[in-house]
Amino acid sequence: MTEYRFESVPEVRDGLRKVDYLSDEGIAGIVYLADRLKKPILVEGPAGTGKTQLAKSVAEMIGARLIRLQCYEGLDEAKALYEWNYKKQLLRIQAQRGNDSWDEVEEDLFSDEFLLERPLLEAIRATEPVVLLIDEVDRVEVETEALLLEILSDYQVSIPELGTIEAKQIPLVFLTSNNTRELSEALKRRCLFLHIDYPDMEREKEIILTKVPDITENLADQVARIVRSLRQLELKKSPSVSETLDWANTLMLLGVEQVDAEVASSTANILLKYQSDIAKAVREFAADKQGMKAFAPGPK
Amino acid sequence: MTDHSDPALVNGDDDNLGDLRVAGEPLLDLLNGFIGELREAGLPVSLTENLDAMAAIRHIPMEDREAFKYALAATLVKNNAHWRSFETVFEVYFSLRGSKYGLDDDSLEQDLADLLDDDERDGAGDEGSGQSGQGGGDGLTPEELQQLLYQAMMKGNESLMKAIARQAVKRFAGMEPGRPVGGTYYLYRTLRNLDLEGLLEKMMEQRREQAEADGHELSKLEERLEQDEYEHRIDALKKEIEAEIRRRLVADRGIEAMAKTLRKPLPEDVDFMHASREEMVGLRKALIPLTRRLAVRLARKRRHNRRGPLDFRRTVRASLSYGGVPAEPKFRHPRPHKPEIFVIADISGSVAAFARFTLMLVYAISGQFSKVRAFVFIDGIDEVTSYFEGVEDVTEAVHRVNTEADVVWVDGHSDYGHAFEVFHNKWGKDIGPKTTVIILGDARNNYHASQSWVVKEMQHRARHVYWLNPEPKSYWDTGDSIVGDYAAYTDGAYECRNLRQLEKFVEKLA
Ligand SMILES: Nc1ncnc2c1ncn2[C@@H]1O[C@H](COP(=O)(O)OP(=O)(O)OP(=O)(O)O)[C@@H](O)[C@H]1O
Ligand SMILES: [Mg+2]
Repeated sequence: MTEYRFESVPEVRDGLRKVDYLSDEGIAGIVYLADRLKKPILVEGPAGTGKTQLAKSVAEMIGARLIRLQCYEGLDEAKALYEWNYKKQLLRIQAQRGNDSWDEVEEDLFSDEFLLERPLLEAIRATEPVVLLIDEVDRVEVETEALLLEILSDYQVSIPELGTIEAKQIPLVFLTSNNTRELSEALKRRCLFLHIDYPDMEREKEIILTKVPDITENLADQVARIVRSLRQLELKKSPSVSETLDWANTLMLLGVEQVDAEVASSTANILLKYQSDIAKAVREFAADKQGMKAFAPGPK
Repeated sequence: MTDHSDPALVNGDDDNLGDLRVAGEPLLDLLNGFIGELREAGLPVSLTENLDAMAAIRHIPMEDREAFKYALAATLVKNNAHWRSFETVFEVYFSLRGSKYGLDDDSLEQDLADLLDDDERDGAGDEGSGQSGQGGGDGLTPEELQQLLYQAMMKGNESLMKAIARQAVKRFAGMEPGRPVGGTYYLYRTLRNLDLEGLLEKMMEQRREQAEADGHELSKLEERLEQDEYEHRIDALKKEIEAEIRRRLVADRGIEAMAKTLRKPLPEDVDFMHASREEMVGLRKALIPLTRRLAVRLARKRRHNRRGPLDFRRTVRASLSYGGVPAEPKFRHPRPHKPEIFVIADISGSVAAFARFTLMLVYAISGQFSKVRAFVFIDGIDEVTSYFEGVEDVTEAVHRVNTEADVVWVDGHSDYGHAFEVFHNKWGKDIGPKTTVIILGDARNNYHASQSWVVKEMQHRARHVYWLNPEPKSYWDTGDSIVGDYAAYTDGAYECRNLRQLEKFVEKLA
């Protein structure tokens, strides 16, 4: 009775790879599940780990239009859902000059013609396949979250003047969050939860190879390894995937073939944002590894 | 493309979940049992989430273990800080379920034998790989096993590494049914025999030689990266060994008993005084979202409280301009302004971690207070407010507090009495009716004089005085703890052993 978009988890994984998104078992599995269960995905994790890109890539993979609601503090119904076009309504009232009865005018005023669609409504009313991305949902106030709940659980929107509008097709929905605020239980309950962490070394290397034109396997490998080692340090801000990519691109521009301590140190400012982090990294690049992790067996 | 069409597992939408079975066990029961264990571990699982998980497992078969795990997590765990607890329960609960994960020594032998054959074929020419045709692990001497491990690790051959890990447990852990010892003991015995530190050294040595043979010396950076890689592999091996021990223990003792033994507190329940290094890291991570949450909650609370009670007289006066209708209610001034906070913290030995977390928390939400001043002591006392001024990173300030503050007077053993006396002389008069004083410590005073009159004096001047003690209440006033002496002059002394209790207290403050 229902059509599923994907046959299997590996199909999702391969499909994403074809559009240059490198996922893992968790990411692909949850996208697959979201389609099966018709549930939105709440994607959370550190900055620059491909949360927003996931929604875009999924849209590309299934050939759907991406509708994006960018959240910010102060976002309201009129910007998220719909608004009446007051100007046009006023013109209509003036133009009509007593020919029609008021009832007719009123009915007319609150018809589709005067409705301004915002992203949420747009996604619900779309007839073609869409992916809805509600980006950085943690930026809106808790109270505003309530606007989303109806859509997320029932794929419908209630507009007092028009009644309830149901989705023509169930869109895949992604919400992203940087966890600057705890989201409400009500919102979380409606979603599948996906935490995207920094990728492991192998996946990061693949991302580099896919996203940085002409980079050699060898250089990509070095970049990924250095980034992995940096993330093990206690830094104020670990390098994100986008910073890794920026760094790899810079190295390419500089014509670097082999990353040595000097090159790494002189370009560390691309990878790290805080002066103290850069200083720490430079120190680490040049020194013997301190405090080798103890593998000595022994009860803790 | 893998297909998921195992008839026992994949079903159309109209099938009844109740009919699904895994190895004879109804899937539904399995899931309910699992969720029960999660709840036992303190994870909140709502009814909706329970139903979602049931729906999820119709679509992802258990054989697809990783995907199955993520599917359950996606429906049941909506807080990343709870992932570790989830994973532990998952590993225990499902460790023996699913064909590949059974505990079958014969298949274990066969696995290793097969892998050795494979390895032989593509690794032809490697020195020291003369174990072919011995038909599996049992035929190997310990030295041969060690050598094999070294080769697997050098090559990063994951499946061989896993097979060896299982073999090593079987051989070295000395596990016997019904023996009442913990997993760490078996881990210890296994690791002792494998000598991982020596292994790492040997790997590094080999790598250096190889580089030399290629005519260059490894730079410091290269050494570092190689070592990180090898440590990574060794970590994976260790995890595999732990997993194998766990599987065997579960087989021996049953799921419930094991889940209980392995149950670890959630980060918000970890005891400050006894946190392991790993738990400390978890605590620090949990603190950040917690402060954000708290700040938002407090700000909202303040907004809602902006109105004071109805000011009757002004309302009536205003009503005159509406013909006597009280159309415009007037309110008294809002509640008193944001409080001013004095934190006075013992930062000696065992309570240091607690002081650190409290300072971090208080400063992270310092916007909620009109002013925060911080004092730290051991037997001497020092004001550290300036350390926190204009810094972007509270952690760094706290670090400075611990390394730079001048808190030792005589011998660096806690002396609350002396520290309080000095406080009184230097800063006592700064405490006013808007000040809330929070004293942090276990009040273990090494049998010095308490000088509790200082606290009495504080209470006299301040709006509130609170005491937070990181020790369990049952330890208070035992041995050299004199918290009762001080508590008598406070508006409350609270046990504060974990983030959950700390959060609750701080919320009350603002
Ligand atoms: N798995 C991946 N495969 C391919 N590219 C990736 C992947 N992860 C991240 N990237 C790339 O990294 C960059 C950052 O990704 P993105 O903007 O999606 O991060 P984000 O998690 O949304 O970050 P923020 O929290 O800052 O919004 C993009 O250029 C994206 O293409
Ligand atoms: Mg983003």
